[in-house]
Amino acid sequence: SVNPDLASERQTPSFCVERLTALLDGGAEQTRIRRAVVEAIESDPVFSRENQYFQTQNERYEAAVRKAVHLQKRMHEMGWAENGPEYVYIYRALSGDVAFLLHRVFMRSISVLGSDEQVAKWIPLATQHQLIGSYAQTELGHGTYLQGLETTAVFDTATQEFILNTPKISAMKWWPGDMGRSATHTVVFAQLYIHGKCYGIHPFIVQIRSLQDHSLCPGITAGDIGPKMNFEHTDNGYLLLKNVRIPRENMLSKFCEVQPDGTYVRQGSQQINYFTMTAVRISLISDEVLMPLMKACTIAIRYSAVRRQSKLKPGEQEAKILDYQTQQEKLLPQLAAAYAFHFVNDYLQELFNRGYREIQRKNFDMLPELHALSSGFKAVITQHCTAGVEICLRACGGHGYSLLSGLPSLYTKILASCIYEGENTILLLQTARFLIKCFMAASAGQPVPPSVTYLAAVKHRKCPAKNKLDFLSPDIYTEAYQHVAVRLTSSTAAKLQDLIQSGVNKHDAWNQCTVQLVQAAKAHCHYIAVKNFAETVEKLETKAGIQKIMKHLCDLFALHGIFSNTGAFLHDGYTSAAQMDMVTASYLDLLAVIRKDAVPLVDAFDFTDKSLNSALGSYDGHVYQRLYEWAQKSPTNQMSPAYERYLKPLLHNTLSKL
Amino acid sequence: AAAMSVNADLRRERAAATFQPQLLTHILDGGPERTRRRKEIEALVLNDPDFQHEDLNFLSRSQRYEQAIRKSSLMVMKLREYGIADPEEIYWFKSFVHRGRPEPLDLHLGMFLPTLLTQATPEQQDRFFMPAWNLEIIGTYAQTEMGHGTVHSINALSKNGFVYRGVPCLGRTVSYFLMQVALSVAGITVGDIGPKFGFDEMDNGYLKMDNFRIPRENMLMKYAQVEPDGTYVKPVSDKLTYGTMVFIRSLIVGDSARSLSRACTIAIRYSAVRHQSELKPGEQEPQILDYQTQQYKLFPLLATAYAFHFVGAYIKDTYHRISGDISKGDLSELPELHALTAGLKAFTSWTANAGIEECRMACGGHGYSRCSGIPDIYVTFTPSCTYEGENTVMMLQTARFLMKSYTQVTSGQQVTGMVSYLNDLSRQRIQPQHVAARTVTMRINDPTSLVEAYKSRAARLVESAAKNLQAELNHRKSKEDAWNRTSVDLVRASEAHCHYVIVKLFTDKLAEVSDAAVRAVLTDLCLLYALFGISRNAGDFLQAGILTGAQITQVNQHVKELLAVIRPNAVALVDSFDFHDVHLGSVLGRYDGNVYENMFEWAKKSPLNKTQVHESFHKHLKPMQAKL
Repeated sequence: SVNPDLASERQTPSFCVERLTALLDGGAEQTRIRRAVVEAIESDPVFSRENQYFQTQNERYEAAVRKAVHLQKRMHEMGWAENGPEYVYIYRALSGDVAFLLHRVFMRSISVLGSDEQVAKWIPLATQHQLIGSYAQTELGHGTYLQGLETTAVFDTATQEFILNTPKISAMKWWPGDMGRSATHTVVFAQLYIHGKCYGIHPFIVQIRSLQDHSLCPGITAGDIGPKMNFEHTDNGYLLLKNVRIPRENMLSKFCEVQPDGTYVRQGSQQINYFTMTAVRISLISDEVLMPLMKACTIAIRYSAVRRQSKLKPGEQEAKILDYQTQQEKLLPQLAAAYAFHFVNDYLQELFNRGYREIQRKNFDMLPELHALSSGFKAVITQHCTAGVEICLRACGGHGYSLLSGLPSLYTKILASCIYEGENTILLLQTARFLIKCFMAASAGQPVPPSVTYLAAVKHRKCPAKNKLDFLSPDIYTEAYQHVAVRLTSSTAAKLQDLIQSGVNKHDAWNQCTVQLVQAAKAHCHYIAVKNFAETVEKLETKAGIQKIMKHLCDLFALHGIFSNTGAFLHDGYTSAAQMDMVTASYLDLLAVIRKDAVPLVDAFDFTDKSLNSALGSYDGHVYQRLYEWAQKSPTNQMSPAYERYLKPLLHNTLSKL
Repeated sequence: AAAMSVNADLRRERAAATFQPQLLTHILDGGPERTRRRKEIEALVLNDPDFQHEDLNFLSRSQRYEQAIRKSSLMVMKLREYGIADPEEIYWFKSFVHRGRPEPLDLHLGMFLPTLLTQATPEQQDRFFMPAWNLEIIGTYAQTEMGHGTVHSINALSKNGFVYRGVPCLGRTVSYFLMQVALSVAGITVGDIGPKFGFDEMDNGYLKMDNFRIPRENMLMKYAQVEPDGTYVKPVSDKLTYGTMVFIRSLIVGDSARSLSRACTIAIRYSAVRHQSELKPGEQEPQILDYQTQQYKLFPLLATAYAFHFVGAYIKDTYHRISGDISKGDLSELPELHALTAGLKAFTSWTANAGIEECRMACGGHGYSRCSGIPDIYVTFTPSCTYEGENTVMMLQTARFLMKSYTQVTSGQQVTGMVSYLNDLSRQRIQPQHVAARTVTMRINDPTSLVEAYKSRAARLVESAAKNLQAELNHRKSKEDAWNRTSVDLVRASEAHCHYVIVKLFTDKLAEVSDAAVRAVLTDLCLLYALFGISRNAGDFLQAGILTGAQITQVNQHVKELLAVIRPNAVALVDSFDFHDVHLGSVLGRYDGNVYENMFEWAKKSPLNKTQVHESFHKHLKPMQAKL
């Protein structure tokens, strides 16, 4: 039976929960397929995550390998094809807790960077798992700055081989997943040298372990890089190469080739590489970033409806903590953000698909805009959602700190997303570079991509809102966001020009403006997110209360952004002090409105208890019983040797005196 | 690895500093003599082979607990052997033994003993205190229940010995009972609550009691009492029972400073050693500390760490001063102290919590590895946002005091202490809608002028919250409803008050610094702290009409100029915190800066690397490949 405190929350939702779930999935049919996949995976004991919180790094790694191997079998049995409609839900159902994820990156890099012959040779082997691949790009000393990588590959014309070396300690490959213990092969990125001349970074396929007994190949030193905040199931590895020789054919040569006599030939356009990065950044948003935030919201909001603490009124029962305004102010904006970014993700996917079609027609015009948006949003969404998960964690008080709440592992996992696939600050600066360029072009009357045409448009100089209800109008708040984005971009562009005109070197000038540039890029993304949410709401079905509740969340997302960054909106007087009080009033009113639907809104995410793996967040709300039951399974409750060895001698002599 | 010399980048950084770090260390420690003694105790521990152990990152939770128990037991013996009895010296010793991590006896030393001192009658002290002091009994403090946490506390339970039990009792007071816990005792169910985010060393426990009987004498009865016939005698002041709590909160403020300092030390040293990308084409890759965005992440946090150090010292001094008065029966300063420690506990722990994460993030991918040490600092520190009073609840306690003070002022009474700025409100009535007319001429390079700006902001937010509260009451809302519907405003008011107190205390501290070079660098940090706070909270200053948009632009610009001013002293400023490498526990933050070599050495010890070929190859991979 369901805890009555949670049951009462579900009695009168203002909207149809099932309809909203279907909207999030992209249709009822998708919901059906997803549920079937989740059911198949969760009913299989091999995929259980039940004891995960009690496992050591070694046990986590072994379980992940076991699951990966078992998954191959199950996919075959279920008739789930790679790239079939079920495929996207498998990873989600496993909560990412599976090995050989880099194997797919290995395959993709061969498909994208390899010649037809190379694809024909390696892809079938990889598909059949005759080898296990990894992807070795990052080094101890270099991550973001690829040109700075120090691994070398010297072409030896005499033997028609490349000789790979790690010339110094900082050149060691460091971090690649699946490489510490599992992989037999990896794609190594190294500086190519022919006849003493450096040709820059190129990819090479290198075998690192024996296919017979898994021992390390000659010249290879490899291992696991040690414990991390999370990803204990992944053997992130190091790799040291000493005079490792590979045949000439192992350099991936779709775009660059070294001919037998050492002639270096470049062919085709490398712009497709940027497109790959864009694809990866967009693809991680859904599974790696939105899912953890949605799960964290589900756990924290359900728990807040069950947890009672202190009294709101004397003589009454203790209140649900969800009824405290301060608790609503922590959690509901995170819920709104989860929905907002879900729709941003849809927008980016659509833009990406359009870009992909254009690229197939050899039209690369959309690439700069796509690159700028995917970089900026990767940074903004990962940062926002990471902070959101942490807020959910802390909003659960002491119990949130227990691993059994599920929240610490959601947090330590999502926060890695701020670093991988491009460090966030650097990504925001790439978006800013695009913005400044477009702003200059737009000011000079030149055409710019659609997402930035607003930079040139003339707008109100003052916010026209007259009362607090005006701030529930998407036109009013969207325009406020637009104004801030334009102001930050134009003032930074002006500052940059001033510095350059006063004789500062343009690179120094850029560095001196980077703090402002980052703010401009964030404001741009925030504006697009608000605008996109408002436009999405406009198009939603009015039936079943869906549009109405989404409109509330859109308003909350927008007003929370203003409320928590008032300075940006007040700065040039666009919004007055009196208007800011209206924003605050409207914002706080909304919290009470959305509060009523808070539990149905997280129910709509449709996570099973197994996928939440949380003693606090289960659908039935029996929090305390579950915490107690799970705690008793803790290995620390086996009698500890510490008492016999240390405490007993300390206590024993005098205990009897009492 | 030990023989390696100091990394050339760090050598250069240290040579370029404009002040002597050790003079600043003396200020942080409270005088050269305190520094000398601290280092003496540090050496006692670090040179003691009994306290050596394997890197904790590679141990399981059970192993970590066992190591911690071993060291704690030894520690108690050695404290006695060396005759170390001063609480601060015990704290240092403990912190070096456990390298800044929690330890199983924390609750015994930190809660059980002080509570016995403050809550037990003289007879109870005779019976329990000395045995506890001699570790003949091991105590804990069991207040939190599964369903109830606030007002406090983390809840540890040793597997044997005595337990100290507070239950909500007789209405509004909490009483304290002493009881013994043993696994074999009927009526008691006890165990470990399972794995947590951090605190692996601590066996946080659960305790279930079923008609468990203890004698009447085991209720601590210095204040509240139960007589043999069941008559309940109320304590003189409810507030008295919160003495331990106030003390512990003041420690958390100091802990916020120290934890943030450790994270800053690691991130700033690493940023001086790490080279990446290019500022100008063709030039050598710069130290990442030269990027403005990196400075903008780290230097305000460095300034914050210093600010919190001085706040922690101030609270400790005030506590000692006031507790003297309390024992003489003078409770007049207790309400403000209580309000101040609640808010400052919340303010500093929230800020430090976020700051530690920013430091980790500023170290990029390597920050995510446990070898950076920052994950451990974070998981150890983050529960302080919850224990000893959940932060939002703490902020609302401060707000209650602020509202009371505001009401006093509006009814014509004067208030004293840190809230005395509210007295000015009655003189220059602030209008409901503010115009730029009140804009002050702010001197951007003068900390005292910035203190005034913070004062105005606090006054405006306190007033605004008070008026909103009144407006809700006017709408015939009950007192409690009105309070709840204003609580977001109330928290903001408390934050503004605390922020003002911190800027003021930092500014006051500058006058006490005699060395001109140290004062100069601390003044830069104080300015950065204050200006960055204005920049971040620009909306408050703009909305209240305290500053104009143009002034905010100036503030933003000056923040960036200060980053460049502080840059040459950054490494020396973290060196001044004087954390020993062993205490810092970070490969990235090593004093000698030899980061990469030692990351490799560290990784080799990973449990996954124990065998040449991992057993999962034979168990899973090989069979799979054979089948396909």
